[in-house]
Amino acid sequence: MYGPLNVNPLKSKGGKTGSWRTLLRPHYLHKNCIACRMCLMICPEGCVQGKEKNAFTVDYNFCKGCGLCADICPKKDIEMVPEESKEEEK
Amino acid sequence: MKEFVEGSHAIAEIITKTNPGVISAYPITPQTHIVEDLAQMVANGELKSQFVNVESEHSAASVVLGASATGVRVYTATSSQGLFYMQEVVFNIAGMRLPVIMTCANRAISAPINIWNDQQDSISLRDAGWIQIYAEDNQEAVDFHLIAYRLGEDKRVMLPVMVCMDGFILTHGMETVDMPEQDKVNKFLPAYKPLYKLDPANPISMGLLADPDYYMETRFAIQETMKQSIDYLSEISAEFKSVFGRDYKDLLVEEYQTKDAEKVIVAMGSVCGTIKEVIDEQRSKGKKVGLLRIISYRPFPYARVYEALKDVPKVAVLDKAVSLGAYAPIAVEIKAAFYGKKKGPKVISSFVAGLGGRDITLESIGEVLRRLNTKEVNSDFIDLKPELLKEEYGE
Amino acid sequence: MENNPLFRPGHTACAGCGQAIAARLVVEASGVNTIIANSTGCLEVFTTKYPDTAWGVPWIHSLFENSSAVASGVEAALKYLGKKDLINVIAQGGDGGTGDIGLQALSGMLERGHDILYVCYDNEAYMNTGVQRSGLTPFDTNTTTSPQGVQSTGNIRPKKPVPEICAAHGIPYVATASTGFPQDITRKVKKALSIKGPKYIQIHVPCPLGWRYETEQMIAVAKLAVETGLYPLFEFENGVIANRKQITPKPVEEYLKTQGRFKHLLGNPEEVKKIQAVADSNILKYNLKAA
Repeated sequence: MYGPLNVNPLKSKGGKTGSWRTLLRPHYLHKNCIACRMCLMICPEGCVQGKEKNAFTVDYNFCKGCGLCADICPKKDIEMVPEESKEEEK
Repeated sequence: MKEFVEGSHAIAEIITKTNPGVISAYPITPQTHIVEDLAQMVANGELKSQFVNVESEHSAASVVLGASATGVRVYTATSSQGLFYMQEVVFNIAGMRLPVIMTCANRAISAPINIWNDQQDSISLRDAGWIQIYAEDNQEAVDFHLIAYRLGEDKRVMLPVMVCMDGFILTHGMETVDMPEQDKVNKFLPAYKPLYKLDPANPISMGLLADPDYYMETRFAIQETMKQSIDYLSEISAEFKSVFGRDYKDLLVEEYQTKDAEKVIVAMGSVCGTIKEVIDEQRSKGKKVGLLRIISYRPFPYARVYEALKDVPKVAVLDKAVSLGAYAPIAVEIKAAFYGKKKGPKVISSFVAGLGGRDITLESIGEVLRRLNTKEVNSDFIDLKPELLKEEYGE
Repeated sequence: MENNPLFRPGHTACAGCGQAIAARLVVEASGVNTIIANSTGCLEVFTTKYPDTAWGVPWIHSLFENSSAVASGVEAALKYLGKKDLINVIAQGGDGGTGDIGLQALSGMLERGHDILYVCYDNEAYMNTGVQRSGLTPFDTNTTTSPQGVQSTGNIRPKKPVPEICAAHGIPYVATASTGFPQDITRKVKKALSIKGPKYIQIHVPCPLGWRYETEQMIAVAKLAVETGLYPLFEFENGVIANRKQITPKPVEEYLKTQGRFKHLLGNPEEVKKIQAVADSNILKYNLKAA
């Protein structure tokens, strides 16, 4: 029986929405970070990870380049840089 | 154990024995007594279900949808306008393959508003993907609810089931019913084991968006399950007979004196009791007449109908509903059963009767048989009042 | 949480979507032992396009207006199974699915006293179907069914006060929140879930597409809504106001000029006055002015 369309999240891959970025990508300077976690909280994708100071990272497979992490960082430790510069290759 | 009891109360009793986890319904005549009786049983501690008094039928169906999705057995009941109000949820439940069981106390559709019995309500939802079985009397109404749970919750089926019983005639009629005992109910109907459910231990998402790449297979799957259910009904009927002794054969149709009949009436529901009386009376006068009673309306038993009527020269289909602008609902199915086949009736005439609760009497049935002759008629209304039709609007 | 995030990336929300942020904060505040019933809308569509799902918790979508009723059924089933105390039940939807088409089911759920948290993601229009006006669209807003034109300055009706309607049901907890204050969302959700009975939280979620602002401006936009008094943040407990965010009120122009949906008002001091009156009335009614 081909059943109802129920999905187990662990079997769901999700789209690589990082391909949506055309203009800018976030570049984490890892200089003045105080580990306030605001960048992690504000990301609509939930693709920012980290615990320790200066150790927060973005999963560029999913980042859409909205710029909210750079805007919210109280230490201005995140810059939006042109996508072509590809500061972090993953 | 035999009881002389109101139909609604009999239904409430049998539902109690199936131990649903959640019951939710909104009152609408003529379903009200069922729900009131269930509420009383909960209040007396006889029924341990969660009884959710909702603010509308749309919410009643949504509550049982959510509860069924959480993995418990559920029950709801409605009629007419209530069924129409919950229509989108009804389709939703079937699409989500949740085994919700519902009693439809058949009632006419507004406008004009009318609380008496006909079958327009459940028949109008024939495309919803629900299995629909129609009871002739209160014994069947009781038994069919057990069969409905057994069928709907079967892992091979996982479809909702609507048990249809004529409003007032059956719901408010007092009949002797052999009420199944709890131990036998437990034997026939195992506890519900859901195939899928909302559970943090094993999270799933239900009710996703399906684009054109995925939607069609889900409808095909329900269609296939409906076809397979034709056989499952026979299987379950045999199980039922072995536990309770009552034999519903294949749960698709009942053939009443059709073997050598020259004229057969096809009908559904409580009107068949009246028809059987007319058949008996006419047979005693030597007339070769019979009745083919449809039990399972969805899935529709085309092959079985063909077998039963292929040698009958004249068939009258008596619909207690009407498809405005087209041929009557059961009549089209009967005609479809014979199209392109080598054998079949020479005449299949379609009659409409009993709308809005207009009584179908022995004379009405006699009239149907009288009008069933060589000239085929379609959607011929029985017992119309010509004096009402003569009135001009505004007079 | 790394192995099974409760709100997974890879969903198809617009870049910078306020609702995605709020939804993630809500489910993370609730935790693993959560079941969510979701209305049709942006959130449902961008998180669950078969065969993908963004939800790491059990989640069900049925129809547009019935998430409150579906959640009521889930809650009743959990009560029957004796599991309700261990599992949070959340019903959620947009402003349309909550305050317009869903108002009846919501009212029924609140009246029956189910132990459910209802979260309304208020982006102030029917965004998923194309930015049409809802009952919660503020006065003078340009939407596709209340467009500004030669004879119109936008939506002619005031914002439907859904939090107050919910509070009038006498439920234990009602709150408004804003994506401009993300930690406040987490605090309020956690607080609500610690209370038994029906709870309602309405979160102001900016929509970059429907409101027309640059995505990285969201926090400034959301904060201005609160700081002008146009979106008061408050908490009701048992029908009585218990807490509010105090502000030093800014003039509404500062908020209106940030978004394209209010652009037509900037040369129209008459209309701006009317909107200022709405803000002033809120400030008075909720005693928002910081001493």
